[in-house]
Amino acid sequence: MLEIIIRITLICVSLSMLGLIYRVIKGPTTPDRVVALDALGVNLIAIVALVSMLIDSDAFLEVILLLGILAFIGTVSFSKFLEKGAIIERDRNR
Amino acid sequence: MTLLHWAILSPFLFAILIPFLYKAFRKIHTGWFVLILPVVLFVYFFRFISLTKNGDTVTETVNWMPSFGIQFTAYVDGLGLLFAMLITGIGALVVLYSIYYLDKAKEQLHNFYVYLLMFMGAMLGVVLSDNLITLYMFWEFTSISSFLLIGYWYQKERSRYGALKSMLITVFGGLSMLGGIILLYLMGGTFSIRELVGMSDQLVTDPLFMGALILILLGAFTKSAQFPFHIWLPDAMEAPTPVSAYLHSATMVKAGIYLVARMSPIFATSGVWIWLVGGIGLFTVFWGSFNAVRQKDLKGILAFSTISQLGMIMSLLGIGGAALHYNQLDENIYMAATLAAVFHLINHATFKGSLFMVAGIVDHETGTRDIRKLGGLMSFMPITFTIAIIGAFSMAGLPPFNGFLSKEMFFTGMINVLSLDIFNFETFGALFPVLAWVGSIFTFVYSMILVFKTFTGKYQPEKLEKKPHEAPIGMLISPIILASLVVIFGFFPNILSDRILAPAVEAIVPSLIADGQTVKTEISFWHGFSPELFMTIGVIAFGVILYLTLSKWEKIYRVLPQRLSLNSLYDGGLRGSERGAYSFMNGHMTGFIRTYLVYIFTFFVGISLFSLWYNDAFSLEMDKMAPIGIYEVAVALLLVVSTVMILFAKSRLTSIILLGATGYTVSLFFVVFRAPDLALTQLVIETVSVALFLLCFYHLPKLSRHEERMRFKLGNALIALGVGVTVTLFAISAYSTKLFDSISEYYIKNVYEEAAGKNMVNVILVDFRGFDTLFEICVLAIASLGIFAMIKLRLTRRDEG
Repeated sequence: MLEIIIRITLICVSLSMLGLIYRVIKGPTTPDRVVALDALGVNLIAIVALVSMLIDSDAFLEVILLLGILAFIGTVSFSKFLEKGAIIERDRNR
Repeated sequence: MTLLHWAILSPFLFAILIPFLYKAFRKIHTGWFVLILPVVLFVYFFRFISLTKNGDTVTETVNWMPSFGIQFTAYVDGLGLLFAMLITGIGALVVLYSIYYLDKAKEQLHNFYVYLLMFMGAMLGVVLSDNLITLYMFWEFTSISSFLLIGYWYQKERSRYGALKSMLITVFGGLSMLGGIILLYLMGGTFSIRELVGMSDQLVTDPLFMGALILILLGAFTKSAQFPFHIWLPDAMEAPTPVSAYLHSATMVKAGIYLVARMSPIFATSGVWIWLVGGIGLFTVFWGSFNAVRQKDLKGILAFSTISQLGMIMSLLGIGGAALHYNQLDENIYMAATLAAVFHLINHATFKGSLFMVAGIVDHETGTRDIRKLGGLMSFMPITFTIAIIGAFSMAGLPPFNGFLSKEMFFTGMINVLSLDIFNFETFGALFPVLAWVGSIFTFVYSMILVFKTFTGKYQPEKLEKKPHEAPIGMLISPIILASLVVIFGFFPNILSDRILAPAVEAIVPSLIADGQTVKTEISFWHGFSPELFMTIGVIAFGVILYLTLSKWEKIYRVLPQRLSLNSLYDGGLRGSERGAYSFMNGHMTGFIRTYLVYIFTFFVGISLFSLWYNDAFSLEMDKMAPIGIYEVAVALLLVVSTVMILFAKSRLTSIILLGATGYTVSLFFVVFRAPDLALTQLVIETVSVALFLLCFYHLPKLSRHEERMRFKLGNALIALGVGVTVTLFAISAYSTKLFDSISEYYIKNVYEEAAGKNMVNVILVDFRGFDTLFEICVLAIASLGIFAMIKLRLTRRDEG
């Protein structure tokens, strides 16, 4: 029973990812894409979690954590890039 | 190492001392020190005559590379000894001559004598080696030292041209010869000439025999300046005259003759050998003498004359090879040709050496060698004139000089061709005496030109740079000795016959001697009213007529345009090959990476698919495959979509993001296929590399930021498709033909027991196969240091600023 539910959920998440990818490709502005990417990362977390439930393994929990961190860092740096044109600013005092 | 080996190597060892002697004794001409060596060697080799006279030989072996069958085997028989004596004897005379010819103060004598001694040692090595590889080594030493000697006056452009030309041609021949030697080794299993001669019956039936024959002959023909490889010899006349006299008349150009004579017992059983050696030799006689007449330079005449005379010896050796097919006869008339070859070899060395020295004297004392400027020197230099007349008359084949005898024997040999009834000699064989006769007429003409245009006629002091006078006595000694040898051998040829000629002939046709036949070496002046005598009379008669009417028929030389000559063929060939190589390189080396990638991928696809098809290696087995789950399909679809979208992305930013998506999808694959460590690493690395791509994108110059779609190119699409298909096919075939089980069982069993770990991937990385990890760490360290260096190290900008 649980397995069927997981599968249905997986399909739903995949469909939403397809939708997000459409948004990534289509645009129209870069912030749209960045937000879509962020959401993709979150969906990826969901997929990994579901898959690890499906294959009955706890080896992928680190992947979930890592994805969370990376999606956050990626989105922040993209935002900073869009805002200031540079990710790592120069130290003015040097 | 025996004394014989030291004798062969002594010139090399002595050459090391020369620069020190030159530096230490500036007052004394270095040549005097050098002179000692050839004289000693000549005396040393002279003592071998009593040995070889009785048919004995001397063999001394020193191991050089015994595991390859390469020994330094010195072998002295009649033929080798004859050459060794020519080399040392004429070497001594040439060194003596060069002492007076080369100026102590103006010339770089140490260079000259080092090269000359190197050459002498190399030549001794060639003629006294029994091992073919050793022979080849010395052979190339002669090429190199000849190159150095021709280019002795390296400031002159013509010298460099001549040196390069002779180098290219003789080294080409030398390499061909090496090929022939290797083929001989493959056939016979030994590098020893005597052992190969012993198995000549087997060799002739070998399929490689013909290849070896032609390659060896190429070596001999290029070295001995046979048609059409003769073109380097006239250009080698830019060398100092002692060099021309020594290398390009008496010794080096006879290395090819030596090789042919030495190899005759192996190859002369074949008709091709007899036709090639005889025919090309004879054509060279004609061509060389015909072209000698048109030359205006004394040394040019002598160069072409050398070519012609070498052709004569070569053709005689070719015909002499026919003797092997008539060993049932009591009176083997073809042996006479071999005898004539050996005899003329000596004669040519004597008179040509003296003539070159004469040319050198004339050059030295008048400042020119152009026969149009010379004339009437008879009264100024009577001794030189006498020597010239002896040499030239001997060359023309006039009695009572030794050239007459060998020319008569030459005619005898050529007439004997008419009675040859093997190898289709009845077809064109009749050309042999005719060509020989015509060649001899031209020989007569240029010999007369050489003497009479130089020494008689009108004296033209206004054209000469110096006031002519007789040469110093030291310069005259060597040509006088050679000229007196010409006369002595002319009057008493039989002093040579038993001691030197007979052993040499025996060495060339050893199988006939084993049958108990004796070599008839009696040479007589007068053998009745034979056809040879009438041919000689005809030569003289026609020669005189042609000489007197020279100005009338000289025009025929202009019929053949310069463009069609062999020299322009060589020059054009050289230029053409350079230009061809240049345009070939320019044609495909465009400097664009995309072109090279096209080459690489096309060859990859071509070779892989061809070998797949040729070996019929494609296989597809379904039963090994795992069932396909829905997630794999979904993730694969995701991967395909994002990959294909990269191709059609309009902006670079989209491509980068899509690439990131691809990377993440791959990590998803790792999740699905249960590789958590890989998935972790892949995610981090993908993020970092996308960030790096963005960095690159951001720093693109404003101008070239074309926001446009990648253009479609059919060729690229086809190649990409081809590569994809190839790799796919290979992957499928490889998976379908798994031959062994995996070794991973061991890891699964021992990961905890042996290595105290539960994470198998990590245990493999740091324990079972930690060595690879070490070097991957190393790669990362190098990469980071490299990036740091590239960013920080700005040499050019600092220079500008």
